[in-house]
Amino acid sequence: MPNQEVFNWLRTRFFPHIWCPGCGHGIIMHSLLRALVDLKKKKTETVIASGIGCSSRMVGYIDACTVHTTHGRSLAFATGIKFANPELTVVDVMGDGDCTAIGGNHFIHACRRNIDITAIVMNNNIYGMTGGQVSPTTPVGSSATTSPYGAIDPSFDICKLAEGAGASYVARTTIANPKQAEQFIKAGINNKGFSVVEILTHCHTQFGRKNKRRTPIDNVNFFKANSVPLNKAQEMSSEELADKIVVGEFVKREIPEYTAQYLSMVERVGGLKNGK
Amino acid sequence: MPDVAFWQGNEALAHGALAAGCRFFAGYPITPSTEIAEIMAEELPKLNGSFIQMEDEIAGIAATIGGSIAGKKALTATSGPGFSLKQENLGLAYIAEIPIVVVDVMRGGPSTGLPTKTAQQDVMQARWGTHGDHGTICYAPSSVQECYEIAIKAFNAAERYRQPVLIMSDEIIGHMREKVVPPTVKPEDLVERKRPTDIPEKFVPYRPDPKDDLPCMASFGDGYTWHITGLTHNDWGFPTNNSDEIEKMMKRLMRKIDRFRDDIVEYETVLTDDADVLVLAYGSVARTSLRAVHEARTRGIKAGFFRPITLWPFPDKELEKLARKVKTIIVPELNCGQMVLEVERAVHGKAKVVAQNLVNGELFKPDDILSVIEEVA
Repeated sequence: MPNQEVFNWLRTRFFPHIWCPGCGHGIIMHSLLRALVDLKKKKTETVIASGIGCSSRMVGYIDACTVHTTHGRSLAFATGIKFANPELTVVDVMGDGDCTAIGGNHFIHACRRNIDITAIVMNNNIYGMTGGQVSPTTPVGSSATTSPYGAIDPSFDICKLAEGAGASYVARTTIANPKQAEQFIKAGINNKGFSVVEILTHCHTQFGRKNKRRTPIDNVNFFKANSVPLNKAQEMSSEELADKIVVGEFVKREIPEYTAQYLSMVERVGGLKNGK
Repeated sequence: MPDVAFWQGNEALAHGALAAGCRFFAGYPITPSTEIAEIMAEELPKLNGSFIQMEDEIAGIAATIGGSIAGKKALTATSGPGFSLKQENLGLAYIAEIPIVVVDVMRGGPSTGLPTKTAQQDVMQARWGTHGDHGTICYAPSSVQECYEIAIKAFNAAERYRQPVLIMSDEIIGHMREKVVPPTVKPEDLVERKRPTDIPEKFVPYRPDPKDDLPCMASFGDGYTWHITGLTHNDWGFPTNNSDEIEKMMKRLMRKIDRFRDDIVEYETVLTDDADVLVLAYGSVARTSLRAVHEARTRGIKAGFFRPITLWPFPDKELEKLARKVKTIIVPELNCGQMVLEVERAVHGKAKVVAQNLVNGELFKPDDILSVIEEVA
């Protein structure tokens, strides 16, 4: 059970939620709320944007300034919100389809701008809401309704993508480690720049059923057995790391943040005297 | 602001938007609308406003909606291909009732079509481009002066009725230079969105005000928490599958334009009192048409002129009244016949409707229209 402070961030009037019993998304929502409470964020100054899919329904259940947008576009909406009012704390929760397929362009450009938004990517390797279609993070060989003979295309490494595109904080964990998820989300929100926290989660209903991870606990055990901390991974060969999940903080760098850069330009051209 | 300016239509639109209080622009470069973005990039930082060039057209409108959600009057501008790309998120602004202004400086289509040549091929897309039903407010300027004035009207309508407002300009209007006398804009000339007065705990984001049937709007950061979604929602803004709630939301979305239709509709008539032949035209074609009507008068033909300034809502009642008196209505358009369908709907067969179409990238010449007037007179 969440503590009372976390509970206060829930819109219980909209329960029951749509997630399947045992879904990992609730663990991520709880981690996010604990992070927001711990950082003493105000609900009225916290924006949580999302795209489309099971993961994106999260924002409806959180009592904050929430916006449930179109598929893949949440970062573009969030960019507009943050840019118009840089004082707001902006978090964007999205699925692997939102982030790496339909919204891939917005994702790389948000990284490039290094705008102060924290993107939480809930990667369950599948399109769950639409019934289990292959996604750009479905592991090669896995079965999905649109890859009935096994996925043949390589999957994206979201953290490497974010690092290459210029994000200033990049980390990965799994729902088997909710304390670490909370810690990384907090670090992401505290980072003045674009932060990516990839959290591997499961869809036992659509992915697990076809890929020998049928129950929620099968998935938690899978994550526990296959997670390798970054410092340990650095001592392992690529063969040893095949099919492993490297977890940890990959990028922590101080680079100029977009809204701060814009503000200094406004100051330079004399715009500040013209009020808000 | 200069007392007198010599501007392109695109420049006048940008300056009109700034005069209307626009302080946010997000967009993507596209011919022939790019000057609007360029002027906003130059002027907004000086006004402590926000300009951002996004990674694509879709992000352009998404960020524009985001800017409005955070409390700014927000604009984006595009042309045909970009207007197509923006349609999905335009629908989100309709259903979530987020005020924004979208400019489409029309060029020839379909697809990449004619980037540097004029057309009026997007006017039905303005009405029906995004999927699903919704009311539409859409203006079509026909002079540079009017670009400035319509930018202000569009922002006022967006903020008053809480929905996207479209300005369908065209390449000729966008790139034509004319003298503009920018009117003095007083604060009372500008509409600001209605803010909630309820305490945050009592705030129901989509509950309409009984006085005008329109919900008020809090901005993110205003002290309220609320939920915005592209899903069909109830007064709480929360997704619903309840048929009563679905119907209530859809009916109110449609009703808000129907109810204020007479306040929104604008049109212009010239020499219609005794007219036998009416030329109905909008945008750049209206200019050629008016010249042809005057020329026809000098030749003894009782010609008149009707110009819808709002394409949507269409001035159908007003046109229908005129249709009872005239014999023929000519509808010249730079497309294969789009608004002529709306004219036919409005006149209910009370007058003969003749479509005149041109899709070669050029403008009509006054003589082209005059010859049709002479033919039907």
